[in-house]
Amino acid sequence: MSNARIASTRDLDDCREAAIAVRARYRARVLVCATGCRALGAAQLSIAFRDRIAAAGLVDEVAVVETGCHGQCARAPLVLIEPNDFLYGPVKPEDVEEIVRTTLLEGRPVERLCEQAGGRTFATLASVPFYAAQRREVFSLCGRVDPRSLEDAVAHGSYTAAAAALTGLTPEQVIDEITEAGLRGRGGAGFPAGKKWKLCRQAVGAEKYLICNADEGDPGAFMDRALLEGVPHQILEGMLIAAYAIGATRGFVYVRAEYPIAVEHVRLAIGQARERGLLGPNILGSGFSFDIDVRMGAGAFVCGEESALIASLEGQRGMPRSRPPFPAEKGYLGKPTTINNVETLANVPLIMRKGRAWYASIGTAGSKGTKVFALAGKVRNTGLVEVPMGATLRQIIYDIGGGIQNDVPFKAAQMGGPSGGCVPAQFLDLPVDYDSVKQAGAIMGSGGLIVMDENTCMVDMARFFMNFVQDESCGKCPPCRVGTRHLRDILARICSGQGRESDLDELERLSADVRTGSLCGLGQTAPNPVLSTLRHFRHEYEVHIREHRCPAKVCRGLFRYEIVPETCTGCGICAKNCQVKAIAGERRKPHLIDPDICVYCGVCFAACPYSAIRKV
Amino acid sequence: MALSSGNAVDTAPVEEVLRRTGPVTPADLIPLLQEIQSVYGYLPPEALAEVSERTGIPTSRMYGVITFYAQFSIKPRGRHTVRCCCGTACHVRGCKEVSDAILRNLGVEEGGTTTDLRFTVEGVACLGTCFLAPVMMVDDQYFGLLTPAKARDILRSFT
Repeated sequence: MSNARIASTRDLDDCREAAIAVRARYRARVLVCATGCRALGAAQLSIAFRDRIAAAGLVDEVAVVETGCHGQCARAPLVLIEPNDFLYGPVKPEDVEEIVRTTLLEGRPVERLCEQAGGRTFATLASVPFYAAQRREVFSLCGRVDPRSLEDAVAHGSYTAAAAALTGLTPEQVIDEITEAGLRGRGGAGFPAGKKWKLCRQAVGAEKYLICNADEGDPGAFMDRALLEGVPHQILEGMLIAAYAIGATRGFVYVRAEYPIAVEHVRLAIGQARERGLLGPNILGSGFSFDIDVRMGAGAFVCGEESALIASLEGQRGMPRSRPPFPAEKGYLGKPTTINNVETLANVPLIMRKGRAWYASIGTAGSKGTKVFALAGKVRNTGLVEVPMGATLRQIIYDIGGGIQNDVPFKAAQMGGPSGGCVPAQFLDLPVDYDSVKQAGAIMGSGGLIVMDENTCMVDMARFFMNFVQDESCGKCPPCRVGTRHLRDILARICSGQGRESDLDELERLSADVRTGSLCGLGQTAPNPVLSTLRHFRHEYEVHIREHRCPAKVCRGLFRYEIVPETCTGCGICAKNCQVKAIAGERRKPHLIDPDICVYCGVCFAACPYSAIRKV
Repeated sequence: MALSSGNAVDTAPVEEVLRRTGPVTPADLIPLLQEIQSVYGYLPPEALAEVSERTGIPTSRMYGVITFYAQFSIKPRGRHTVRCCCGTACHVRGCKEVSDAILRNLGVEEGGTTTDLRFTVEGVACLGTCFLAPVMMVDDQYFGLLTPAKARDILRSFT
């Protein structure tokens, strides 16, 4: 394949046709997720596929591609076979021989590696209930395209929307399209993207900047990681269109250092785009010039806030400043700057390709398009799911997520990370969009959705988030710095059984002060996890305070571990694992835990192969 | 070895980094510090003084930045960095038990380094691999679905 410069729309078409022709030489593609699934041995899988395919003499017929995330992470490592579209997982290297024989040579699915549910087997990706109930638009290429190849991205249609915009539309027309489509920022607050661009376009200044905010800091959200790892060229194309619209000549991808694969893939993609002329001077002969640098975050959650992010890019402590002036007027180095989240930018090429009417037809009155949720916690199908705005939590958690692990009753869904809240069961049928989630006491946030069951303590959750924001508070304004510390101390007191009757009023009063007195979004939303759990789960607080009991048996000291003599085989594994020697017993006889020595670390509970240890 | 504290620190790598990066403005401070930390494993005072000397950025400004961000360390670090995820999903699935076991096993506090400089153990807010919860990272490798015993076995394989 040539590395010639793609200097015009015509060149891009030629490049695409050539790339499609190269792909057509292979009758099948084995798509191995090499990003998230890497943690469970995906690298050995691709090696095994290459070996076995070579041994079967299929090297010229079957391509093995390391792709981004397929979405159903609960079945990792996942392998998708095109064109049959059979989805296998979890796949081990020893399964590869059978896949090559049965699927690649005989064209049949390997049923034991397919999704099984309710006595049925689901071989193709589209038939799997997890996917059938989704609408994958933003993620349509993720897992199908080779993230390390510009040609493969182009073969899948990348950069056509940017080419059409740069060579056929005015910046104002692009802004108009995005505004009318109704795209709202996916980073949390849901600000209309077209409006943001327009403000920056209209700001005075020759030098303007575009920043892709990939500082995905909300615990529990990982869609931006998956997008950067899986479809980096889709993000670059979105940035190209955005930069053209606002008139930026330079851009940054500000990405967390904790995401090494995302950093690697986006750097590689930028290098390729630059080499082929899709970044740099006079892109596609349009006269428009734009280039992108990657900056790694240095580990500060507050840098997801836009003014703090800019301070960090300028080489300073990442502390927010008061707004106005907004970044659209005075941003990076005092120049007009637009900051868009990764998922927002990933939507842009879709809108430009399929049109505003198509996009606006998806979703609810106030929230258009799809939303990606990172489904995690106590749900069966953990992974990334994409649904139209307005889908209900029940659809997301039960139809797509497959319900709660071990069929424990559902308690709440935590949405919006540390700025969000816990949504209880009575809202399961609420159509989820920016506005409805707010009414339920949470926020859409970046789309982290953590499912909690009866074994999750809501007071402990509130304390967990308060610990987090206290750690991450930049310290600039006292309501946040001092207020969150007091909130945390009160919550810690309640969790240890020392809570006072007056604590609940105190929590509410302090929360109101922190909310109104803080400068930036971090502080203003920090009390949300406390307020939402107080609103929906007040009785749990009261049980902790009045009865010194943790109903979910999470808070250490408010429950104890006990060995069930009838189940205990006396194997001694618990005693061997106990670090404080609190467990004793004769071999093959039921053991005993000494509650005076036990530190409630839970190691024995996790280690017992017979589930003979219970919490009481 | 030049990297251990107490001995004189060789500042030649600083020169090398600065030569590679070209002219430096104050806006480039963070990537520059990241480069230098990747060479030394931490940010030795001698290296910072050298950077200041050559770029004109006051060390006081550097320390302001260094102490703000979790990633930077002014103390020598272990050969391997263990990042225990304590994000929401990991919390719900029992990461506390795992991280407690790791810390107890290695005999360090969170953020600490083992005396043999083998490991530095950090808590991190979220590694973005919630489907693997509870999860940890050792250097650039992810390890998921941990139990206290599994985490201990994994760390044994690192020297």
